[in-house]
Amino acid sequence: MGMLEMLNGARWGVHPHDDHKRPAADVPLRVMSLPAKLCVPLLQHVGAPAKPLVAVGDRVLRGELIASAQGNVSAPVHAPSSGIVTAIGEVTAPHPSGLPFAAITITLDGKDEAIPLIEVADPFSLEPAEVSQRIADAGIVGLGGATFPSAPKAQLGRKLAVQTLVINGGECEPYLSSDDSVMRERADDVIDGVRILMHATGAPQALVGIEDNKPEAIAAMRKAAAPFATIKICPVPARYPMGSDRQLVQVLTGKEVPSGARTASVGVLVNNVSTCAAIHRAVRLGEPLTQRIVTVNGGAVAMPGNVLVPIGTLVEDLLAFVGLKETPARLVMGGPMMGAALPHAQVPTVKGCGGILALTAAEITVEEPSPCIRCGSCVKACPMGLVPLEMAAHINAGDYDKADALALDDCLACGCCAYVCPSHIPLVQSFSHAKGEIWKRAQKKKRNEFTKGLAQARVERLEREARERAEVAAKRKAARAAQLAAEAAAAAAAIEATGSQESSI
Amino acid sequence: MIAAILSLTALGLILGLGLGYAAKVFAVEGNSLVSELVEMMPGTNCGQCGLAGCGAAAEAVVEGNAAATVCPGGGVALAQAIAAKLGITLSLDGVADKGPMVAEVAEEICIGCGKCMKHCATDAIVGAAKQIHGVLHEACTGCGGCMDDCPTGAIILRPLPQTLRDWNWSKPALA
Repeated sequence: MGMLEMLNGARWGVHPHDDHKRPAADVPLRVMSLPAKLCVPLLQHVGAPAKPLVAVGDRVLRGELIASAQGNVSAPVHAPSSGIVTAIGEVTAPHPSGLPFAAITITLDGKDEAIPLIEVADPFSLEPAEVSQRIADAGIVGLGGATFPSAPKAQLGRKLAVQTLVINGGECEPYLSSDDSVMRERADDVIDGVRILMHATGAPQALVGIEDNKPEAIAAMRKAAAPFATIKICPVPARYPMGSDRQLVQVLTGKEVPSGARTASVGVLVNNVSTCAAIHRAVRLGEPLTQRIVTVNGGAVAMPGNVLVPIGTLVEDLLAFVGLKETPARLVMGGPMMGAALPHAQVPTVKGCGGILALTAAEITVEEPSPCIRCGSCVKACPMGLVPLEMAAHINAGDYDKADALALDDCLACGCCAYVCPSHIPLVQSFSHAKGEIWKRAQKKKRNEFTKGLAQARVERLEREARERAEVAAKRKAARAAQLAAEAAAAAAAIEATGSQESSI
Repeated sequence: MIAAILSLTALGLILGLGLGYAAKVFAVEGNSLVSELVEMMPGTNCGQCGLAGCGAAAEAVVEGNAAATVCPGGGVALAQAIAAKLGITLSLDGVADKGPMVAEVAEEICIGCGKCMKHCATDAIVGAAKQIHGVLHEACTGCGGCMDDCPTGAIILRPLPQTLRDWNWSKPALA
């Protein structure tokens, strides 16, 4: 690490001595045999959950739309194989809380019949908006794990006229190699996807950042990108979290994304390599996103490696496919640094799931936290230039505002600080907790304002009703008075008439 | 003697006029703290605090007749905000923040009298006479006012069901 990096603050991150990527990364890609059932969740992306279009008992085919996108930032969901919809309801989410979320359960018939796909021979003849529409219709979301819907992202890039497309092949999380596998096995698909995305966003150049611990992927991608001068393959040093968009953009373009802003604000749009491969299939072949490559790794796995998995496959079915050597001490979806510990194996895989780890007890040793010695290791490690020890101290004292003032919001939850902490302080949990509390407080405030408005509206309504009632009563009274007067007049006239009759007799 | 009387009289007059002038010029209209506190409170005048609405509660807190924890609807968050505003130390002893609660109508007991509907400050209860009533979760503040009005005891308060969206990590115990 040079002097310049020390000065400009680019000295960040950690470098785990053993990234555990091999041998799993070197095993050829396997295709998983169809399980008995799939639980396809409705919320596998950032934004509004998809709305189911099928009913229990319906037969669905592979690629059929089973839930439609709701709103601008959302994504549709398609059936990954043919079968009968047997349930639409809640299943356990792949989330440490073990709480349920909505999913469509399909009992597969094993025939794997597909709907006909609409291919496009030359996607570059399509209007960019049409390309975005095809990406949206296929339900493509960011497959690096952030799961932001790709179509609105491309549209945003076009609107802001981004100049550079950064393609994220960093895959810095230890244990994971699904992006590596995509680049090795499907480099041509990835490059075609990059070209389609350049067409959709209007970006004149693309930089593909790949960590230098993946020489095979770099070679395959260089070969595939050779005919295209606008696409540059850029090996970057293997350092966690290189796969974070801000860090990769800084390394590749030298631009720093401002706090609270998106990479588009510096003219860059970041997309993951697996997303690009999915975009190629969606736009050129018309194939919706119904399967993805998942790394199954960890000490408890008998045959670790990368597996092409239908989305919605239960983790237990996937583990049965690769085999287990021993009962795992912990299951994790995603990488060991940022992944989610799973409550059990009966949870579905989702679009954003790049890996399933079955870890042994030896791999997850938990150390008791001891007091902070203010060594500053966490400050050096933080890729966002934050002061984790100070933030944690404020949070521990219950002062979330002070932690927020130290730019808690910029924290990526990458885990570098907790990884290097010699006192084993669970810093990330502290920050996640504080972020959640701050969010809850804001929600509560919003709710308070909403109910206050309702109370106000009720008071106004009651006043209006009382006024209207009074008006109606007054009107009725007036009408009654008029009627009485009329009757009296009529009676008087009648009396007068009879009187005159009598007098005439 | 006369000089002393005159000088003291003059002094008294000058200072008195000065004070009178200052009282007019620097007058504070009411107590702005009360209105600020009312602004922070739920504003549904649910009466759980035992006082006549949010305005009365805010006044009581400012005058020191009630603790910062007076408002059950606002919970710990509001108590902390009030304490910070007034610069008082907050004792949270005996304040259990049960988290957000919502009313729920037990459909098998509800006779559809409509009394609860009339009581609800936020119009969170929907239904018609002789029909089973329902509670709109997003509008219910969990004040429990409707419970006292229900002749059959069909309304109960329940904690708002936890969802993935509002789940949060617990605060780690640090050494």
